[in-house]
Amino acid sequence: MAVFANRRLWIAVLAALALAFPLLVTNSYYLHIMTISFIWMIAVYGLNLFAGYTGYLSLAHAGFFAMGAYALGILTVKVGVPFWLAFVLACLFTTLLGAVIGLVALRTKEHFFAIYTLCVGYIIYLVIDKWDSLTGGVRGFIGIPAPADIGPLSFQTPVAQYYLVLFFLFAVIFVMYRLVYSLTGRTYIAIRNSEELALTLGISTMKNKLASFVLSVFFTSLAGALYASFIRFLGPDIAYISVMFDFLTYLLVGGIGTLAGPVVGTLLVTFLSQQLQFLQDYRMLIFGPILTLLIIFYPHGIAGGFIRYQAKRKEARRLEPEANRAAAELAVSSQGRGERHAEEG
Amino acid sequence: MELFIQQLLNGLTVGSVYSLVALGLTLVYGILHIPNFAHGALYMMGGYVTLTAMTKAGLPYGLAVVVSMAAVGMLGVLMERLVFYPLRDAPPLHDKIAAIGILLFLEAFAQFVWGADYQTMPTPYGDVVSIFGLTLTIQRILIIASAVIIMILLYLFLKKTFIGASIIAMAQNREGANLVGINTNKVAMMTFLLSGSLAALAASLASPINLVFPGMGHLVILKAFVIIILGGMGSIPGAIVGGYILGFSESLGATYVSNDYKDIIAFAILVIILTVKPNGLFAKEGH
Repeated sequence: MAVFANRRLWIAVLAALALAFPLLVTNSYYLHIMTISFIWMIAVYGLNLFAGYTGYLSLAHAGFFAMGAYALGILTVKVGVPFWLAFVLACLFTTLLGAVIGLVALRTKEHFFAIYTLCVGYIIYLVIDKWDSLTGGVRGFIGIPAPADIGPLSFQTPVAQYYLVLFFLFAVIFVMYRLVYSLTGRTYIAIRNSEELALTLGISTMKNKLASFVLSVFFTSLAGALYASFIRFLGPDIAYISVMFDFLTYLLVGGIGTLAGPVVGTLLVTFLSQQLQFLQDYRMLIFGPILTLLIIFYPHGIAGGFIRYQAKRKEARRLEPEANRAAAELAVSSQGRGERHAEEG
Repeated sequence: MELFIQQLLNGLTVGSVYSLVALGLTLVYGILHIPNFAHGALYMMGGYVTLTAMTKAGLPYGLAVVVSMAAVGMLGVLMERLVFYPLRDAPPLHDKIAAIGILLFLEAFAQFVWGADYQTMPTPYGDVVSIFGLTLTIQRILIIASAVIIMILLYLFLKKTFIGASIIAMAQNREGANLVGINTNKVAMMTFLLSGSLAALAASLASPINLVFPGMGHLVILKAFVIIILGGMGSIPGAIVGGYILGFSESLGATYVSNDYKDIIAFAILVIILTVKPNGLFAKEGH
């Protein structure tokens, strides 16, 4: 119980820190970095739901991220839809497409699924890159409006945008939290651990995998749409495999299949990237091996490692009284023997 | 008609390169059951090593190709030892992520050492010949011929030699191979050596026609995946046939459909195949 209260306290402290961040740090550059890493976190939660909890590695998520971003851009600039309607439509469109792709892709398993989604991601990238008239091709897509006002709320300043993104991040974390501790979440984990066993238990794996995939695509497209409205410039690069790799790095450093993982990993890696900024294009020289070493020697990530450590300590504490009792008994009995010896002597 | 035959020849050239890459990929898949996403990086490294051997060390083209095959083969062995061997008992997710890590590392490495520019590889076989009214460069003939020779050699190696037979045995059943006294570690290293050399050869042959740049492996590796799914994961004849099928459909598609979208053809094929047959064509049941 104490652990649970402790965790609540932690969450409250972190949330308060996130809320107070713009007041504590007035440097607009850091604010920018924070906002963008919150956007990545949302995307990583999407990936985590499917790769971490359901056990399928989708390599198309950078594509879905870009699709959400481009859909928002095209809807607002080319079609002229009001911002928030476009925002909802962009997410819905991407999610719907994700559902169609998922319906087909999820018939495949393991390697085939990874290769299939890799190809889907690449097709999305190629379409964005080649379809000049719609996406602007390699020149990029400019002129995306900032989020429109909702009543008295205006999102024109960086601080306001920070809170907007934070709001969505909290929402995503809340949904994830509720989901993971629900029966549905348990079902996903069951599928991850053994799909055949889950099937034998009467779980409709296809239906559950699809639901998990669709929700995961939704989170990712939400992140994409936020990215478009925050950065307001899009290039085909955001659909590229290296973005996918970034998501994976965030997720693995933080801890795949944990709730805190995406937050911890994204913050840490973004912070490190800022320190290594002089490397620019060569940062993969460092991050490539880091990821590979991590997966070999520390596959649970920071949050995963912490959870394991805690579980071990709890186990030790559970065993402690018994061990103490046993030790005490041993001491008593040997003492008794000693006394007997003394009497005899 | 002439255009058609010219395109068929182009398809044959491109298909030869694809087949060589896909062969390496399918060998590794057959042995270790990992989709080696880093195979495209080996291809890219092959192109760069050949280029460097030619321009910096002044080696002739043929010798440079051999050097590059040896170097990239060793790189493959290193990859197996340092990354895939420690991960042999890990969940399949881990292999894939590690492979992506290697891929991006090698790409950044190439960019760091050789720069991001597109470079041309000189070839002594740039002359144009015309046979029966068809014009093609000797380099293209070289690609087709050497690919065919290598495939025959590989076939003989796998069927007629002991090491080749042990590779096949391990692909069929790892534990069984171990039981009859095959050193599976050695075989795995051997396979990576072969796979890396094949990738280097393919890259060295194709580079004079295309260009050498850090991202040159991306499309090739994706297409190689399409090919081995087309031909059956781990199947060697499948990789060869699949490579040529893809080469032909691309060169014909580029002429008669759209040049801009010719790269999508491969992925469209893949999506269609996996939609109809989720375990790939020629999938073994109960694998």
